[in-house]
Amino acid sequence: MHDKSLSRFKEDVSIVLCGAAGQGIQTVEHILTQTLKLSGYHVFSTEEYMSRIRGGSNSTLIRVSSKRISAPVDRIDLLIPFSPRAVRHVQKRTSARTILLGEKKIYEKEYQGKNAIDIRFSEIASEAGGPIYTNTVAVALLAGLLRVEREVLNQYLRHHFSGKDENTILKNLEAARRGYEVSDELIRSGRLEIDLVKNDAIKDEILIDGVEALAMGAIAGGCNFLSFYPMSPSTAVAVLLAEHSKEFGIVVEQAEDEISAMNMGIGAWYAGARGLASTSGGGFALMVEGLSLAGMIESPMVVHIGQRPGPATGLPTRTEQGDLLFALYAGHGEFPRIILAPGTIEDCFYLAQNAFNLADKYQVPVFILTDQYLLESHYNIPSLDPTQVPIQKHFVETKQGYRRYELTEAGLSPRGIPGFGEGLVVLDSDEHDEEGHITEDLDLRTKMVNKRFKKLDLLKRDVIPPALVGPKHYETLIVGWGSTYHAIKEALGRLGTKDVAFLHFKQVYPLHPEAIVYFKKAKKTVIVENNGTGQFGQLIRMQTGFDMDRKILKYNGLPFSVEELQEQLKSVLD
Amino acid sequence: MGEIDIAWCPGCGNFAILNALKQALSELEIKPERLVVISGIGQAAKAPHYYKCNLFNGLHGRSLPVATAIKASNPELVVVDESGDGCMYGEGGNHFIHAIRRNPDITNIVHNNMVYGLTKGQASPTSLQGFKTLVQREGVFHEAFNPLLIAISLGASFVARAFAGDASQTKDIIKKAISHKGYALVDILQPCVTYNKLNTYQWFKAKTYYLDSSYNPHDRFEALRRASEIEKLPLGIFYLNPRPTFEEKLSVYQERKDPLYKRSPNLTRLTEWIDSKRGI
Repeated sequence: MHDKSLSRFKEDVSIVLCGAAGQGIQTVEHILTQTLKLSGYHVFSTEEYMSRIRGGSNSTLIRVSSKRISAPVDRIDLLIPFSPRAVRHVQKRTSARTILLGEKKIYEKEYQGKNAIDIRFSEIASEAGGPIYTNTVAVALLAGLLRVEREVLNQYLRHHFSGKDENTILKNLEAARRGYEVSDELIRSGRLEIDLVKNDAIKDEILIDGVEALAMGAIAGGCNFLSFYPMSPSTAVAVLLAEHSKEFGIVVEQAEDEISAMNMGIGAWYAGARGLASTSGGGFALMVEGLSLAGMIESPMVVHIGQRPGPATGLPTRTEQGDLLFALYAGHGEFPRIILAPGTIEDCFYLAQNAFNLADKYQVPVFILTDQYLLESHYNIPSLDPTQVPIQKHFVETKQGYRRYELTEAGLSPRGIPGFGEGLVVLDSDEHDEEGHITEDLDLRTKMVNKRFKKLDLLKRDVIPPALVGPKHYETLIVGWGSTYHAIKEALGRLGTKDVAFLHFKQVYPLHPEAIVYFKKAKKTVIVENNGTGQFGQLIRMQTGFDMDRKILKYNGLPFSVEELQEQLKSVLD
Repeated sequence: MGEIDIAWCPGCGNFAILNALKQALSELEIKPERLVVISGIGQAAKAPHYYKCNLFNGLHGRSLPVATAIKASNPELVVVDESGDGCMYGEGGNHFIHAIRRNPDITNIVHNNMVYGLTKGQASPTSLQGFKTLVQREGVFHEAFNPLLIAISLGASFVARAFAGDASQTKDIIKKAISHKGYALVDILQPCVTYNKLNTYQWFKAKTYYLDSSYNPHDRFEALRRASEIEKLPLGIFYLNPRPTFEEKLSVYQERKDPLYKRSPNLTRLTEWIDSKRGI
């Protein structure tokens, strides 16, 4: 059963933990990634899980590397199973190089690979104090194999369990000691050697996920009102903002439905607050009526859509880039909007921050389109700077005779808020006159439509340009948007082609005017999207008339892995 | 305000409610700049266009979430939500229920004429059984929605019913509702002279009576009993249940009272939070 030959890993190790919901895999992921980072490694982790609270088969991927890595791979170097079904669940991702570390009773009937090492996790945990310490044994075993200094793990365990009693802490430390012993034996036996280069600079970096970055960005952008109705995968953003609502002065209200959540957000902006509605596609469907209201009354609004596969309930805990055209077209009638799509953790922060200024400045709804994959991916980044985008409040103190929809040369009417100044702020969801009162003057209607659309031209001044990765002179251009950024970048890096570049969009609407220039320069264009119909490709064609030559699409509910992109890119490049 | 072209039929009950509300606001000396009125869609929802106020005339049925958020964002404002029975009890029914539970300090004035006016004569949630329309051709057979019973059962902090035909009492009830701290429902019965030939001025006069001075509005069960009466409809303040408001409970107003628009995020604290992600 065991291959006694030496397995050696350099540069990059891919660890997969798999088990049932409720087995504490997330705790292992959390402690392990933190200690690996504190020890000087680059780390990346992401989860895939079923829509249930207990049972099923979930898996967590942790990549540890000497180089900065931020994308998922299919490859499994070390597999740690916590249940027999979970072994079956990840079987097809294993290879001859995969080494399973687990309890024989869990893997012996299921695992078809040849490299399996029996680790008596529950026995060792029981010796340390009880089966509950199994996860700590596993963390320490992996930390040991990766040559994390014992003191780093011990310190982190003390920190992590600081709310618990001393006895619990001591037992965890004991479990860790025993986990390290196992790793020492394995290293001594010569069956496994992991040799990655550490870098001290990484120790001081921050390790966060998309959810945290987005919530922090919203706070940095002055968000002080959040209304939402729970829906995966967006709920985590609301939960986190609720947790920090007191210290940052945020009204957090769980509304009776998304219709209410959206209208609350708009009401908050009307009164001078900075409102955010966080939801997923199905919830956003209910917000569409309110979105159109924001369009008509020229209200700022920020909507976060954490995308998941639809239609309807779809795959609640999986990922997709399936709601781009929905966000673009949502709402009856015609009105301008902005759609942002973060590609990185940094983008989650800075785009969320900027969304509030943009909404306020142009009096339009601004979308932040993320997805389950991006929200729930963690990796280390140098830092985030809340002062990088200063808060710009654009409302004005009103004077007597203030007219909310004054027709101005510039196109934007100064936005007053009730109670600030001597004027009255009048809004109507009907077509309205300059004061804001209902009108059926059809000449005025035309003027008001023109005024609203003038903002689309104005806001183009602030459109974020696409980022070109790779050579300036290229034959083939790969185009992507949002969360696929790192996977495409790493796949292209592995292909090592000289004449292929990658153009990534973090603002997908309106398109940057230069986009077409990039497209036209290429002999061949390939669009990569995590959806079934190539929605961004459609948007590009509609906006520019340019048709992408090839499409690489994925819509099974999982994000692109680096290997599959590498393979598919290779076939379209040949 | 310039010349006002009022969109109501001559003789409409809305005129009486408009006058009573204007009178109430004037007697309470509420300055228009401090007053925000939120309304939905329908003939009643046009009312705030006819007096001086900050006005958010939003979507059909959605006024209460907007009103709740405005009050929560700036508790210094006087917030009134004014719309009709279809808007508040039909399209906005779910929001009605949850606004009562939240208890924001707002006044909810509902013009209740038991019929849809703007869409030309269909039944409303409060239409009585047997009421015939072009849609409900055999007469309404649904049980009529009883807003007072629902509001009282949900523990609303102020529940009243008025009749547009009595300007003076309606004004007094509105004044009490606005002065009340917490969510205050004033359901105002009014005829629709064009589309409701059943519930006329005469019908309301004959079918209503005022709760007398011996009535105790703090008795929830008595309030439920009176709100259940349908042979003759009681008028007046049915129920008072003072309790903390939504805004009072919000953590953002525990240490400071200034409205949200005056605030900026604590970036120093945010930087500390970001730094905590470096590890230990």
